[in-house]
Amino acid sequence: MSWFSQTLTSSIGKKLLMALTGLFLISFLVIHASINAMIFYNDGGETFTHWGHFMGTNPIVRTLEIGLIAGFLLHIADGLILWKNNTEARPVNYAVNNPSANSTWYSRSMGLLGTLLLIFLVIHTAHFWIPNRSNQFSTGEELNLYQMMLDIFQNPWVVLIYIAGCISLFWHLLHGFKSAFQTLGWNHVKYNGFINFIGTAFSIVVPLLFALMPISIYLGWVD
Amino acid sequence: MEGNMSLSLKVWRQSDKNTAGAFENYKLDGVSPDMSFLEMFDVLNEQLIEEGKVPIAFDHDCREGICGSCAMFINGRPHGPLKGVTTCQLHMRSFNDGDTIVVEPWRAKAFPVIKDLVVDRDAFDRIMSAGGFVSVNTGNAQDANSLPIPKEAADEAFSAAACIACGACVAACKNASAMLFVSAKVSQLALLPQGQAERNIRAEKMVAQMDSEGFGACTNTGACSAECPKEISMVNIARLNREYIGAKFSSTAV
Repeated sequence: MSWFSQTLTSSIGKKLLMALTGLFLISFLVIHASINAMIFYNDGGETFTHWGHFMGTNPIVRTLEIGLIAGFLLHIADGLILWKNNTEARPVNYAVNNPSANSTWYSRSMGLLGTLLLIFLVIHTAHFWIPNRSNQFSTGEELNLYQMMLDIFQNPWVVLIYIAGCISLFWHLLHGFKSAFQTLGWNHVKYNGFINFIGTAFSIVVPLLFALMPISIYLGWVD
Repeated sequence: MEGNMSLSLKVWRQSDKNTAGAFENYKLDGVSPDMSFLEMFDVLNEQLIEEGKVPIAFDHDCREGICGSCAMFINGRPHGPLKGVTTCQLHMRSFNDGDTIVVEPWRAKAFPVIKDLVVDRDAFDRIMSAGGFVSVNTGNAQDANSLPIPKEAADEAFSAAACIACGACVAACKNASAMLFVSAKVSQLALLPQGQAERNIRAEKMVAQMDSEGFGACTNTGACSAECPKEISMVNIARLNREYIGAKFSSTAV
């Protein structure tokens, strides 16, 4: 094995990959939340569609999208491998265990929260991204994503699934954001307060903004 | 000594590595609140011997919190309910009359049970043999202050060196990860001038040995540091990450 693959398959290397892809996906969330928040202009989707068109057709963005898919796949596969290795490290469980005395439940549940997010990701891409890209490939035309949002979010069950997805994202980010910096070795008295503040604020603001989208459409605040 | 506590104990009994174990229930009366947890076990074992039963095997040595032997998972936590103490420093006054106390061995693939509450912690020794040392030829002691070391570095290295290799970090971690132990051992040398010569290869070799022993990876839950009797900080794990990643990408060992 070369030194490079040896590094990335070591326990610290797998965590390094988790942290780097995690931070990359966090940067994607910033773009995704910003552009989708254009629906709150409530201008019949004009601003949203303008930026959606840019993101869906700009060659640089489309190339970066390949990197995004790779980022998702790496984060998911690496997470599943870590989950398997970590489970195998304790073949016999404790009969009595009190982990809440020493750690938060969400820091211990990143695999579970990640799995919930993966299920949500499949539902979410099946709603918008996959039909839109397939249509672009077959006809060269983009779908009217704004109208699709208005239609899809009329179903209260869909709205509830999206809210559940946002809640999972909140807990996943609340640990993941700060944990990524620790894995990268960035634990420093001068920056810890800043990282903690940004991590917590990001974990609240982004999922809240996302959750408000289906809620606003369902309640008719955006039409 | 007459005491005033009666306890129900549920203790893991396992005759050897290859035999399946199970919990046994014991009643113990006359426990003094001033006894240490290990002294309470001594009383229980004397009772078992008088009854003609096999006493419970458990590791212990110094009984003053510095040897790291007394591995017991008590009521769901390594070394019991107190912070910053080993089992030998835990006293029965931390429990109430009539309590049921569950005692298990450390649970990890890398720490197989030898007998009852005794686990094999040789994996830690093998990690140390892989790189947890400095190769210095002995000779006359150097003059004091011939190697200038900043006070902060000396203090931080000393805090890391306080690790007694008890394995509570592994026992507490949901992944049975040994990162806090390895990070303390790497840090105590990385912070000092004597540790610089083998700094890169040490991080690489100790982590490789840690992985091959079957410990899990770090999820940064902080359970290890919270349960550590010597309160080793998570800052050391961040340092180990820097040491390892830095060494892997810069050393000439291919």
